[in-house]
Amino acid sequence: MIGTLLRRDLGLLMPGGRGGAGVLPLLFFLAVAMLYPFAVGPDAQLLARTGGGVIWVAALLAAILPLEKLVTADLDAGVFDQLHLRGASEELAMASRLLAHWLAFAPLLLLATPPAAALLGLGGETLRTVLLGLLAGTPGLAAVGLIVAALTASLRGGAALAGLMVIPLAVPILIFGAGALSRPESSGLLLTAAISLGLCAIAPFAAGAAIRSAREG
Amino acid sequence: MQARLAAKDLACRRGDRLLFRGLSLECDSGAAVHVTGANGIGKSSLIRILAGLLRPFFGAVETIGDIGLVDERLALDEALPLGTALAFWERLDGCRDTGRAMELLDLADLLDVPVHFLSTGQRKRAALARLLNRNCPIWLLDEPLNGLDTQAQKAFEALIAQHCESGGIAIVASHQPIALPSPRTIALAEFAA
Repeated sequence: MIGTLLRRDLGLLMPGGRGGAGVLPLLFFLAVAMLYPFAVGPDAQLLARTGGGVIWVAALLAAILPLEKLVTADLDAGVFDQLHLRGASEELAMASRLLAHWLAFAPLLLLATPPAAALLGLGGETLRTVLLGLLAGTPGLAAVGLIVAALTASLRGGAALAGLMVIPLAVPILIFGAGALSRPESSGLLLTAAISLGLCAIAPFAAGAAIRSAREG
Repeated sequence: MQARLAAKDLACRRGDRLLFRGLSLECDSGAAVHVTGANGIGKSSLIRILAGLLRPFFGAVETIGDIGLVDERLALDEALPLGTALAFWERLDGCRDTGRAMELLDLADLLDVPVHFLSTGQRKRAALARLLNRNCPIWLLDEPLNGLDTQAQKAFEALIAQHCESGGIAIVASHQPIALPSPRTIALAEFAA
């Protein structure tokens, strides 16, 4: 059953799929990396020092873009009700959606990070830290996004609210992930990974409970 | 097919309003029940309570056998061709013989049409096809005749009769008259709070 669910979720969310944000987060991410040097000027030292943080902020904001369609459409169409009748719990549906959501945006962002780093003139060591940080942090961003998307799915204008709600919840990931850039030891990356894993463990249950409560409402 | 559905002393509250109370219902294999009542009296809520999707304010529901639900929501991916969209549920339901439902509901020509191009009646027939493919004993139907033409209505009434004959249960909430094999009616107005 999980295989069938995952196949459908991937078909929905992957770039070129019929329900997701497609390559929009990727373009948004690259656009930020491209605009930042225009905004602050061609000071290579400044760019190299702040570029890693800019990439992190861009990644965080890009992760918000797919949230609008993540849960709402299926909730409105009654898909979760039909799954419930077939013994597929909301938690299972949300776990599959979490994995599909991460696969749909994170690998693309990681692929786009080297070109973004080139645009900002980042050195090899910084790029490596940013890549490792994003690898550790994006599962957490996906988990926060899924929880918030499920919580706001039954609200009118929920998508805009979802964007606002993700930001404070994602701050710990940003602090430790981007913080690893200025500290040589790897503890920041490890903490980011720990937060991500914790969030991923909670997300299916929190999002599943949100779906059930939306059904009662 | 063995099936049973028993509801005891159900009450339903939506917001601050008590919609109905004291409703009990027992169905064994082969039973068909028509739930009637005006708009807003709680027909859809009753169906959702029986399906286990809504918690009753009071009372309990016991079921033996899988439940198939058809309501106003299609639960099919709008952008996909009908055949592909239905195939997701067929895989979940482990359905092998999909041709029968397509033929009975006259959908065979529409399989490669994207779901969002389907008309109201065709969408309803698609939802009924999902129900047939599920091959489950308990049918909970919320306004299943909405949008169907006379011919499709007749065909679907025959399908319900066939379902009950083979031991299934059908609970139909509808404001329209519908011919059921055992004409048992629950008028929700009698239980209005």
